[in-house]
Amino acid sequence: MSGPAETAGEPMTAEKSETVGKPVAAGPAAGRRGALVRAVTAHRGRLAVAALLAVACYLPFQLVPFHVFQLTMVLVYAVALLGLNLLVGHAGQISLGHGAFFAVGAYGTAIMIDRWDAPHLATLPVAAAAAFALGLAFGLPAVRLHGLYLALVTLAIAVFLVPLLKRFESVTGGSMGLTLGKPAPPAWTGLAEDQWLYFLALAVAVVTFLLARGLLRSRVGRALHAVRDDEAAAEVMGVRLSFHKTLAFAWSAMFAGAAGSVYTWVIGFVSPDSFSVTLSITLLAGIVVGGLGSLAGPLLGGLFVMFVPSISQDVNEAAPGVVFGLLIIAVMYVAPAGLAGLAARLARSTMRILRKG
Amino acid sequence: MLEVRDLTVRFGGITALDGVGFSVRRGEMVGLIGPNGAGKTTLFNCLTRRCDAGSGTVRYEGADLLAVPPHAIAAAGIARTFQNLGLFPRMSVRDNVLVGAHHRGGAGFLAASLRLPRVRREEARLRAEADGLLDRLALAAVAGHPAAGLPFGTLKRVELARALAGRPRLLLLDEPVNGLNSAEVGEFAGTLRAVREEFDVTVVVVEHHMGFVMGTCDRVVCLNFGRRIAEGTPEEVRRDPGVMEAYLGAAV
Repeated sequence: MSGPAETAGEPMTAEKSETVGKPVAAGPAAGRRGALVRAVTAHRGRLAVAALLAVACYLPFQLVPFHVFQLTMVLVYAVALLGLNLLVGHAGQISLGHGAFFAVGAYGTAIMIDRWDAPHLATLPVAAAAAFALGLAFGLPAVRLHGLYLALVTLAIAVFLVPLLKRFESVTGGSMGLTLGKPAPPAWTGLAEDQWLYFLALAVAVVTFLLARGLLRSRVGRALHAVRDDEAAAEVMGVRLSFHKTLAFAWSAMFAGAAGSVYTWVIGFVSPDSFSVTLSITLLAGIVVGGLGSLAGPLLGGLFVMFVPSISQDVNEAAPGVVFGLLIIAVMYVAPAGLAGLAARLARSTMRILRKG
Repeated sequence: MLEVRDLTVRFGGITALDGVGFSVRRGEMVGLIGPNGAGKTTLFNCLTRRCDAGSGTVRYEGADLLAVPPHAIAAAGIARTFQNLGLFPRMSVRDNVLVGAHHRGGAGFLAASLRLPRVRREEARLRAEADGLLDRLALAAVAGHPAAGLPFGTLKRVELARALAGRPRLLLLDEPVNGLNSAEVGEFAGTLRAVREEFDVTVVVVEHHMGFVMGTCDRVVCLNFGRRIAEGTPEEVRRDPGVMEAYLGAAV
């Protein structure tokens, strides 16, 4: 997805040299196919996204509600991972506490609905803003801390959150959590509840992906990459390290908060134990496995976070953790750049075969 | 344009710079030479506020440079390259150059994520300029390539392009031809002379390659053990007994 325009030049020249080398007998059919391959190559990023969106809109009408629910959760995790990716993959910082920002979004939405009967959709911006503010506050230590020290501080956020949620029982419902109604699909859509939730999650995912893409393709995205690659050089270029690190933290938290908000819509229930440290670590594992610093990474990571734990449960009920861990190791061994890196490698070799064929 | 006076920098017990003073006039190209450990890079780090001066003053265009925060150096019109390359390895060559123009853009997080029209316009303008620079330095062919994995000579040019993208008035080059072969050195010297004219920059260059320094610089300052031991035209400095002693050792 690194922009089709940049890669378009190289395949075209390869194509040209090939037609020069071949005898003329290949004829117009080969020329037409060449043009098609060229068009596909030049717009492959856009085509892939369009195809993916088409499939995403078609799927909920074909699957049973449980599978639609699973896909909805994939989208929810993808949005959270998009935020985490911004911080870890693009700005080069680490967070072992992103589950906490997710929880803030989830609880924010739950409390707003529980106490004030707020309409579901209106809770998302508020929950995201709350996560943003918290991310800004916790982004400040990120300015001074590096690597393992930062990991430890962010881990602390995740650790103290669960007892905190249990402590303020009157607001959070304590260990019992809060049970809420789900948003009802408007009559004009004709959708079932699970489908409506799915499309809400899809809409949030598309909007957040567009926001992240805009951010990364701009001066700000380049500044984040510069901070990740070489802080000292970035500062000489005029990049304010503290500003960019803190805001990367805040934006990252905001996406996680938005994901948490959608999570509450979808599940209709929040409890402290859903947001333990394990969630934070699973999210981090998800984005590393999905592919750090790539736009497809969060989606692949979302699939991983959603399906791998249940698959490992199926493989061996006694030790799902072991299977989960082994799968992470296996993926990192086969695809050191994550699933997105693997997918890009496969796409490249497919293109090569297409051009030759 | 640049006036360094009595600049002293200490790291623990080591005095890296000991009361160094020199000045650079607008449009000049000044060479900074001296044996390893003479304090040349430390001086550069001071000028870009990467390390703090113990005492002394640095005035740049009449203002106190030591009071400028590190991230504002670029906006003040000072750009530098690094001794062992300070490129961003995972970014493309074009993006590296665009980071050099960071301080000339204004898009913030919110505006950028929404891709507002003014952000698109700014982006298009900076991109066109960066592509012009890449063309000028014969880097257009590698524009989309990540910086990691390109030949050293190419990377040196990328760094120069990145420094120029910030439209500097003062350009600090830290060993720009270190590690290049003699043909590349000649080429780089030619490029630098042309660029100096074209972009109207004042240049201070740290370099060990004497042929390069003698051939391109108007004036040379020689440091040894943190002190200035000679200053003058390349010819004068080359004949200076102190300089010969610093490089070759004293005659017995």
